[in-house]
Amino acid sequence: VNLAAAESYPDDLKYHPEHDWARVDGDEAVLGITWFAQDSLGELVHFEPPSEGSTVAKDASYGEVESVKAVSDVIAPLSGEVLEVNAAVVDAPETVNDDPYGAGWLIRVRLSDASEVESLLDAEAYREVLAEQ
Amino acid sequence: MSQTLLRTPLHDRHVALGARMVPFAGWEMPVQYEGVIQEHRAVRGDAGVFDVSHMGEIDVEGPRAHELLQALLSNDLDRIDPGHAQYTLLTNETGGIVDDLIAYRLDRCHYLLVVNAANRDGDFRWIKEREIRGSEVRDASDEYALLAVQGPHAIAKLGLEPAPAFTFAEGTVAGVDCMVNRTGYTGEDGCELLCMAEDAGALWDAVLERGVTPCGLGARDTLRLEACYPLHGNDISPETDPISAGLGWTCALGKSFAGVETIRRIKEEGPERKLVAFVMEEKAVPRQGMAIEGGGVVTSGSHSPMLDVGIGLGYVPASLAAVGTGLTIDVRGKPRSARIVKKPIYKREE
Repeated sequence: VNLAAAESYPDDLKYHPEHDWARVDGDEAVLGITWFAQDSLGELVHFEPPSEGSTVAKDASYGEVESVKAVSDVIAPLSGEVLEVNAAVVDAPETVNDDPYGAGWLIRVRLSDASEVESLLDAEAYREVLAEQ
Repeated sequence: MSQTLLRTPLHDRHVALGARMVPFAGWEMPVQYEGVIQEHRAVRGDAGVFDVSHMGEIDVEGPRAHELLQALLSNDLDRIDPGHAQYTLLTNETGGIVDDLIAYRLDRCHYLLVVNAANRDGDFRWIKEREIRGSEVRDASDEYALLAVQGPHAIAKLGLEPAPAFTFAEGTVAGVDCMVNRTGYTGEDGCELLCMAEDAGALWDAVLERGVTPCGLGARDTLRLEACYPLHGNDISPETDPISAGLGWTCALGKSFAGVETIRRIKEEGPERKLVAFVMEEKAVPRQGMAIEGGGVVTSGSHSPMLDVGIGLGYVPASLAAVGTGLTIDVRGKPRSARIVKKPIYKREE
């Protein structure tokens, strides 16, 4: 039995209002979708990733996640070059439901403009976005 | 313009169970409780219950009820006795499929038709307009609730005796009188319990108390797709004919019914396209409306919880329709390979 993760929005992450998170470390960041995003979709059955070496642009779609019932674009919270795709999620997309901020990360990027980080939301501001939904 | 969604007698119970409610065919229905995949697997391995009270029930009675329905429905009602049911099609004058439904023969002169929710009003008007003296057509949908209890353990958990598919009988489940129909839409053993609307809550509670998993329309769709049962509005419609859809077996071409000449001609000449089942050969989920290379289209697509791959139904030119043929599907701009398989896509082990 899959025990879905409990709702949470860790304080050490930056958030995009389209329900994506970034864990920034120097000029690199790991990106994923929030608990809210995975809960809205339901159990994920497919992750269509970008190619490694391609570039992603802030506020634009860089991939797709699909549940049995729905497809959703994944929006990049930051711009950069794709260094790594999480192969574990490509193989077992439900990893995102089990652990959206840990094992369920989607891609790692090298940031092209570190100043973009300032435009993202902290956990408290993101919760306010959710409260308005 | 806002439209109020209809609610089944079990609406509050679904909400209390934490179901995600969505609009479907004018109704507010549970799409899932815990999760589509989990509910799907409960039906394949144990037992699940679906509230399908949104479906319509049309009552046709009278000395000429049989004659009326023989002229409107594709299958031959002379083949069934009272106590038996038949999968059949309501066809139009050009051989298109107005709806697919199950006809229950209650008596020599009395039928109950269980029809798709989205087509309830249309079917009723269609049949009522063609009513003949000696037949009475009535939309009885609001009087009934319908629970589909499906899965290898469904019959045992309800305390019922096994019975052949497509039979039915009056019965009692946990003290609630119902019509116990050995029919379903999942490819599993089980039954559909038709009860009076006011008894639905007691029946639902009793079924859950017996350890049956509540399941939503999400799992109902993936189950029927694995079983390759067509969904009206997706795979079949007034613009599609039974032969192309692989439903020739439901058409008694020796009798006279609406559109029979066209259907006979398509059968003789061979259909231009055929509804096929396919399985993806790479990671991708096919969806309704996606193009199939060579002039085809996906009519239903999803992820198979049992096979853990993308699966679907679609129309392809007859020349491409053989089992084993490779297909290329345009998945949002990317060509993805699939292969035509024998129906059903998934079948339980005997």
